[in-house]
Amino acid sequence: MKSRAWWRQRVNFVIFLGPAILLTVFFFVVPVLIDIAVSFTDLGRSLRVTRFTTEHYERVFGGDRRLTDVMALTFIYVLGTLALFNVTFGLVLALITTSIDKVSGGFFRGVWLLPRMSPSVLYILLWVWVVNPSQYGLLNQILMTVFGLEQPLDLLTTAPIALIIISNGFIGASMGMIIFTSAIRGIPEHLFHAARVDGAGSLAIVWYITLPALRWPISFITIYQALSLLVSFEYILLLTKGGPFYDTTVYALYIYRRAFQSGQYGYGAALSLFLIVIGIAVALLGWRFFDMKRLLQNPRIEVQ
Amino acid sequence: MASIEFRNVIKRFGDVEVIPGLNLTIEHGEFVALLGPSGCGKSTSLFMLAGIYLPSGGELLFDGHLVNEVEARDRNVGIVFQSYALYPHMNVHDNILFPLRFKKTPREEALVRVKAAAELVHVGELLDRRPSELSGGQQQRVALARALVKEPQILLLDEPLSNLDATLRLTMRTEIKSLQKKLGVTTILVTHDQIEATTMADRVICMRGGGIEQVGTPDDLYLRPASLFIAGFIGSPPVNLIRGTAENGAVHVGATVFPSEGIRGDVTIGLRPEHLKFAGDGLRGRIAEIEPMGREILYVVDTDVGHVRVLEHGSAAAHSAGEAVHIDFSPTEALLFRTSNEKLIAGANVCPPRRAS
Ligand SMILES: Nc1ncnc2c1ncn2[C@@H]1O[C@H](COP(=O)(O)OP(=O)(O)OP(=O)(O)O)[C@@H](O)[C@H]1O
Ligand SMILES: [Mg+2]
Repeated sequence: MKSRAWWRQRVNFVIFLGPAILLTVFFFVVPVLIDIAVSFTDLGRSLRVTRFTTEHYERVFGGDRRLTDVMALTFIYVLGTLALFNVTFGLVLALITTSIDKVSGGFFRGVWLLPRMSPSVLYILLWVWVVNPSQYGLLNQILMTVFGLEQPLDLLTTAPIALIIISNGFIGASMGMIIFTSAIRGIPEHLFHAARVDGAGSLAIVWYITLPALRWPISFITIYQALSLLVSFEYILLLTKGGPFYDTTVYALYIYRRAFQSGQYGYGAALSLFLIVIGIAVALLGWRFFDMKRLLQNPRIEVQ
Repeated sequence: MASIEFRNVIKRFGDVEVIPGLNLTIEHGEFVALLGPSGCGKSTSLFMLAGIYLPSGGELLFDGHLVNEVEARDRNVGIVFQSYALYPHMNVHDNILFPLRFKKTPREEALVRVKAAAELVHVGELLDRRPSELSGGQQQRVALARALVKEPQILLLDEPLSNLDATLRLTMRTEIKSLQKKLGVTTILVTHDQIEATTMADRVICMRGGGIEQVGTPDDLYLRPASLFIAGFIGSPPVNLIRGTAENGAVHVGATVFPSEGIRGDVTIGLRPEHLKFAGDGLRGRIAEIEPMGREILYVVDTDVGHVRVLEHGSAAAHSAGEAVHIDFSPTEALLFRTSNEKLIAGANVCPPRRAS
């Protein structure tokens, strides 16, 4: 006879963890297994497997010289977007919109959230119009009429990397902004009062009171956004198609181009598997770096 | 050490006028208590002194200088918040050091002062702990050390003892008071605990609805309350209030007659439970309830003028419920208020009813 408590514990386990485990299995474990299987085949456009091979992995680890460039670009892209926009700019937005009055603060946050709420195609369409290389592009109109520029700029060919960082960053910053804002709101007001009485100026208050309270959200946003930047590519695909040539083809887009544009499903699968490994490594490094374990709280309620 | 003057200071939050016009002077080195019910504007007044809130009108002066527009950080004021407001991610040492960072105090000297301040409030052993690892009383002392370390000219204490247990509260009361005497810093203690106010302060300022009801020594407020409100607010158990009409040399309450010379009109008699005693003559009644309160016993007596609370010393009840008693009091200890404006009628005497009359 098992005791009631024993059964209770099993049932709780199934009820609380069951759904999550099922989802993880179906949407992560199974696809990864399929991916691994495919990566050892020569699956191509014909969708027929004729032989098993390890040549894709040989390409990943040395054979594909373009891959080095792609990875360097991905590094710049992820780090640049994170450092400039998703964390820093998000933080600046949160700090500014929480220190002005509530209505204007809410308004500006709403403005920065708009791109996040609009379909990506629409958002990128606006960018395409802004950076249009002819004199009718919004940016060129401004530069030429207001600043007297002679020739229209073609940012899509002259500064494509900056462009993908900026266009992704403008959207990415809103997530940090929202999270940081609520975290700042959660800081007890009397701490700010105390700091002011203790002689701290605005910058000192940000440094000594606000930032320490944002440690967790900053760590979280950094890791989370690093991972999502690593695997998402739809804005880049829509804006530059990864070009000119391969200049803005980040890793995730490279997989897409290899697998779906050139029809090398097997190679795409091998590249994907490698991306998963990179993602896990990044997550673990971040976890370690930010000491996330210490930041996680003990459960508030004890459950058997 | 600074003197403080409020000149017709007004504070509004939006359309709500929380403080309609405050006039008050506090001498330098004085220890005053701001006493009043919840929401009467005590914290608001304090926050204006600290520079956290700006006055909406009037003038605020430190040592005769206008400080309305002076920023909080330039006022040299130390404040202990009701919630302590310790910086959660800094340990005790850094919390106490914090105000000195902005005073450009040389590092060596700052460290010495932090240690001294910590010793002063007996938290010298806790310097490495975070606020979350301290008890409420320890946190409060750290907050006090942080307020004192910069040697402020004004010390503001916003209900600093409200979260402590009875014993610790008693100890801290004495500690704060002797500390204040030692340092001679002008101190304002906000509280709505009247015992705290009367035991610690040289002067008690009683506030009500954003205005000052009475200012005086603790004895003044207790023996000569300016109004019914203060009589009711100060003293525990609360004062007995008996409404009547004064005419022909006596206050008439129904058929009961309290002899009283020279007064006419509707009045309220205030009798403190601790000023009443059982005697052979006086107000007639029957004991309805007995509440032992440790060293004292509270009797609730059913009389012709309503329930009257009587406090007697002793730990065992000398009377039993249902017993017929007479309540006597000294005419000089009875208070008489005009019912219409609730103000004290100074110099008026009321005598207990006598069997003969
Ligand atoms: N920021 C604010 N905005 C609007 N109204 C406020 C604000 N702060 C205080 N008030 C109002 O001002 C009045 C006085 O508040 P205050 O905090 O000074 O009361 P208090 O005397 O300290 O009371 P307590 O003993 O409960 O702490 C209250 O009615 C309160 O609702
Ligand atoms: Mg208050």
